Parts: sequence; C-alpha cells; structure tokens
Amino acid sequence: MIEYYLESGEEMRIEEHPILSFKKQNQLHFTFNGRPMIGIEGDTIAAALHDNGIMHYSNSLKSHRPRGFYCAIGNCGSCNMKVNGVENIKTCMTLLAEGMVVESELDEVTIDA
Amino acid sequence: MRERDLIIVGGGPAGLSAAKVALESGCSVTLIERANDLGGQLVKQTHKFFGSKSEYAKTRGIDIATILIHDLEPYQDRLEILTNATVVAMYPDYVLSVYSGHDYIKFKANAIIIATGASEKFLVFENNDIPGIYGAGAIQTLMNQYGIMPGRDVVMVGSGNIGLIVSYQLIQAGVNVKAVLEAADHIGGYLVHASKLVRLGVPILTNTTVKRAHGTTKLEKVDTIQLDNHWKEIEGSEETIECDALCISVGLSPLHQLLSMAGVEMIYINELGGMIPKKDEDYETSMPHVYACGDVTGIEEASSAMVEGKIAGLMAAASLGKPHPEFDSRKEEYFHQLTNLRQGPCGIKIRKGLEQAGEMI
Ligand SMILES: Cc1cc2nc3c(=O)[nH]c(=O)nc-3n(C[C@H](O)[C@H](O)[C@H](O)COP(=O)(O)OP(=O)(O)OC[C@H]3O[C@@H](n4cnc5c(N)ncnc54)[C@H](O)[C@@H]3O)c2cc1C
Ligand code: FES
Repeated sequence: MIEYYLESGEEMRIEEHPILSFKKQNQLHFTFNGRPMIGIEGDTIAAALHDNGIMHYSNSLKSHRPRGFYCAIGNCGSCNMKVNGVENIKTCMTLLAEGMVVESELDEVTIDA
Repeated sequence: MRERDLIIVGGGPAGLSAAKVALESGCSVTLIERANDLGGQLVKQTHKFFGSKSEYAKTRGIDIATILIHDLEPYQDRLEILTNATVVAMYPDYVLSVYSGHDYIKFKANAIIIATGASEKFLVFENNDIPGIYGAGAIQTLMNQYGIMPGRDVVMVGSGNIGLIVSYQLIQAGVNVKAVLEAADHIGGYLVHASKLVRLGVPILTNTTVKRAHGTTKLEKVDTIQLDNHWKEIEGSEETIECDALCISVGLSPLHQLLSMAGVEMIYINELGGMIPKKDEDYETSMPHVYACGDVTGIEEASSAMVEGKIAGLMAAASLGKPHPEFDSRKEEYFHQLTNLRQGPCGIKIRKGLEQAGEMI
C-alpha cells in the first residue's frame, strides 16, 4: 500500500477568508517524481504541488538553475513538466486528475551555451 | 480547417464585452480562452472595483466576471466557447492555430478580435530566478482562485494599485506581509489602498528596491537597498528581510505576440506598457477586419477594457455586414464613456501614451 503525504498536503490551504469560501472538494491522488501526493479537485497541478511544499518546478535551460512557477497563467513556461509521459505541459494551466504521474524535466531539456 | 464568422481571442473583460455586442448585432461568435474559466484577470480580484458606475464600480472583480458571462447566456445558439484552448499562431490569411487537448486545430475567420490582455513585467536583480519569487498575478491566482497561500512571509515589490491590493489580499488570506518596497519617492497607487496597509502595520518603504535574493532551491531572504532621487543606490543602506516569497508587481506589458506574428503594424509606447498595435478610430488594426481591445492595446484597467471590448464588438460586426440596430447611438455612447474614464489626474499617463500612438482621445 502506498502511503500518502496527507499532512503536508494541507499545509498551505487558506482556512478562513473574509470574502472567499473554498469548498472542501474531493481528494485526488497523484505522484510527483514517484512520491505519492494528494491534491484537491479543482487544483491545477502547480497549485497542488505548491500545497505539498514543492517549489522547485524546473531548471533554467542554459545555466540549469532551479526555477519555481512565476506567472501561473501560462505565459512564462517556468512550470513545464512531464505529465503522464507528455513533455512540456504547463502545470499552472492543467487541472489535476486522479492518478496523474507528474515528473519534473530538470535537465532533460537544455540549450547548450 | 474550421471556418467561422467572428473569432474573439481572450475571454477577459474585453473579450467578453466584445462578444456580447457582436452577438447583439447578429453575428455568430467563437470565443477562445486558454484558461479553464472565462473572466481573465477578474476571476482573482476579490476587491471592489474603482472606475465608473456603468462599468460596475463598487462591485467585486469576481462578481463582474459572473455578470459578463451570464450576459452571454441568451445567445447560446450563436456562441461557441472554447476554454483550455490557446491560440498559438495567427497568420496574415486569417488562420489561427489553436492548441487544445494535445492537438492543434486550425480555424479561419472573416473577422478577428484580439483581447489577450497582458503579461507581468520582471525585475532585474541578483538571483531573481530563485523559486519563491512570483509575479503579483501568480500570487493572486494561487491564493484567490485555488485557496493556497504563496508563502508565510511575503515582501512586495511595487506600490502601484496592484501591489497594494495584492498585499491587502495576502493579509486577508492569513499571510504576513513584511514590507512593500517602492523605488520611487512616493507611493504609486491610491492612498485609500495604502492607508489600509499602514493601519495594519505594514511598512511601505519608498526610495527602496530589492538588491538581491538569497537561497538555492527556495527563497530564504532578500536584501533591500535605498535609492536616491536619481535612482542611484545609496552605499551602506542595505538591509536584510527574511521571507519565503517575494512578489514582483512592477507593471504589465501587452500580450501582443499574435498581432506581431500576423504582421499587424505595431508601435512601442512606454506609457502603455510596451508594444501595441496601431489602430484606426474604429479600433481596426492595420490588418482589415482584425480588431484589438483591452490591455493588449495598452495597459489600463478593467473598466476601459470593457468599453473597448464593446467598441471592437460593434465595429467588427459592422465590418461583417451586421451593424448593431443602435449602431450610431452605441458608438457615441461608448466613446463618450472612454473619454470620461481617461479623464483626471489618473489618466495622464494613458492620455500621453495614446497621443504618442496617434490615437484620438
Ligand atoms: C491585482 C489587480 C487589481 C486590479 N484592480 C482593478 C480595479 O480595481 N479596477 C479596474 O478597472 N481594473 C483593475 N485591474 C486591471 C484589470 O484587471 C485589467 O485591466 C483587465 O482585466 C484587462 O482586461 P483584458 O480583457 O484586456 O485582459 P485579461 O483580463 O488579462 O484577459 C485576457 C484573457 O485572454 C486570455 N489569453 C491570452 N492569450 C491567449 C491566447 N493566445 N489564446 C487564448 N486565450 C488567451 C487570457 O487567459 C485571459 O483570460 C486590476 C488588475 C490586477 C492584476
Ligand atoms: S508559471 Fe508561467 S507558464 Fe506556468
């Protein structure tokens, strides 16, 4: 049986808000670089990863420095990952689904200086 | 190839407003939006809007989005909406290439309205690429759309309205805002927004910018430095603030790439945020039957984006031989609204930019 990172998965959720209410949706199970994680229905992959404490999303193409997400609306590409085997998916725009296999590409994609 | 009458790219306030007027005029409309939901920047704005009454001032951004989407409901039979669909290319023969569900679909249109909005500007400083450094829009998206805090302790760079509003929203979400940095010698945004923060004990540091960030795989702290009134760094004035997120809010620039790619004549206007399409008084670009509206034609605000959208919808419909039944009175009304919105001291920069672009105000 796989053990899920339940505690970490709830860490960054906003509990109380004066204007917005965030309904508790169904939990979704996925893996990131082989690690089982939990997100919530309606999350983008990037949002769910952030809630699981993941900040390092990709490496810059030339100097291979760690990058997080930056724009969260599909403009910059710094959140690109391999999702269910498909490369260069913008995780900030793609909704999480049950059983997704998410992998960081890190140095697989590169531009040589 | 899918052939369509009118295609609108972008489902923010500008695109939604354009769709409504074009539908009222009798056109068939295809609206293409890359995000999962319509509404553009509005869907993450929990604050009540400023601007004019007819453009929903005093209503929260999220609620304006709902109203604009609801307004399209009576026209379902002539309206096709594609979400999760990104227009990745636009060609001079009116062909658009759309990426959706891992596939590329080609569309051809008789008329096109570009309402793609804007992207955030970045700032140059040492280690500005460490994870934990985000655009203000990203922070809003994470927090207000997905209910997730970007970090525990945030430093905001930029005291324009967006920087001030997002700082306040961070506090509402339970995040600690350690400081707002502003390179100029005065606060950029409205004082109502700034005083709310000051009352909550957030220091707004003018003549101050971020010098460098520290951390490897995630942000740990930032060094700030003071600037003199010529924007020169003052030696020995560095200070360190511990934080796990840095929010960059130093302005937006128009998402002009599709227009540039199709060969539309462009012009660089600093006051309007960067490259914008040249357009005539009917909002038509140098490419016949191609219109542009909203932030992509120059950074303003949602209220003017909505009015510009209505103008583009009105004009595009007329160019397709389907003039709105109240064409003349609508045209007069919309241009009058735009002029009003751009009046006063807050519109100075926009008026200056439009003048340079050779547009009438
Ligand atoms: C924090 C903040 C506070 C603000 N407060 C106010 C306020 O109080 N009052 C006010 O009037 N204004 C305010 N604004 C400004 C206002 O939100 C924007 O000016 C307005 O949203 C611009 O509208 P738009 O339709 O041009 O662009 P957007 O709202 O950015 O919409 C553009 C849409 O196009 C889509 N798109 C882009 N490229 C493509 C593509 N290639 N294919 C498919 N779709 C694409 C995007 O996903 C987006 O949905 C605020 C902005 C921010 C960020
Ligand atoms: S964070 Fe910029 S594209 Fe995803």
